[in-house]
Amino acid sequence: MERKTKIHAEDGKQELVITREFDLPLELLFKAYEESEIVEQWMGTKVLKLENKRHGGWQFETSDGKGNVVLRMNGVIHEFVPDQKITRTFEMENTPFAVQLEFLEFEKITDDTSKLTMQIVYKSVELRDQMLKLPFAQGINMAHNRLQEVLSKPAYRNR
Amino acid sequence: MNLRRDVFQAIADPTRRAILLLVATQSLTAGAIASNFDTARPTVSKHLQILTECELLEQEQNGREIHYHINAKKMKEVADFIEPFRKMWDDRFNKLEAVMKKYLPGSTATGKSKNK
Repeated sequence: MERKTKIHAEDGKQELVITREFDLPLELLFKAYEESEIVEQWMGTKVLKLENKRHGGWQFETSDGKGNVVLRMNGVIHEFVPDQKITRTFEMENTPFAVQLEFLEFEKITDDTSKLTMQIVYKSVELRDQMLKLPFAQGINMAHNRLQEVLSKPAYRNR
Repeated sequence: MNLRRDVFQAIADPTRRAILLLVATQSLTAGAIASNFDTARPTVSKHLQILTECELLEQEQNGREIHYHINAKKMKEVADFIEPFRKMWDDRFNKLEAVMKKYLPGSTATGKSKNK
């Protein structure tokens, strides 16, 4: 079976593009990003805030089975055009990762199918590679320089 | 419980990826790792346990302290480095698709449940 979700990440660029075709009409695909209740269902997160408008903010959090918050994410919405596009920032709270910029484009393919193109721009090439390859040997080497900076911060020196 | 944990499942979690980043260049104690997160200490311990079980992390006794460091050999065994990243998104989008199919008009899950 052909892979539905594709990742395009060129060497030396500080961005990557994720594309996915859905067996869903465009309106339903967009609705999945628009309504808090639905976002919660597929993201598995609690939606604390989702202001779908220019200069609006969003904040999600994920919890473990016992209700402890594991990760909180937030950002600002720059553009919100129903059935067309969302431009927003994305930040993981309490992690060393810099904020990223996301361009989401929604397209109709047929009446029953649609496509999402998500371009993510990172602060640096190094950060993109960390996010992409982090768990792997290649990522470890490339991330080395930036890690030195991160790990030399006082919070990381406390042993 | 499944003792032989899936490596890709282990690294699909953002907190666990952040932990791997932290210990990539130096070994750290569980306490030092936990101090970087808002998360409760037992939660971080659980993440460390999972990462250790799938051999991405190794424990090293250092006096009275246990330090965690990354297992580079295990990392290299994972051939296609983008695959887990892709899979994470694929799983997420599969879920989106499944959830939204309930909202399709006509022969949808919602429609069926209403008819029942």
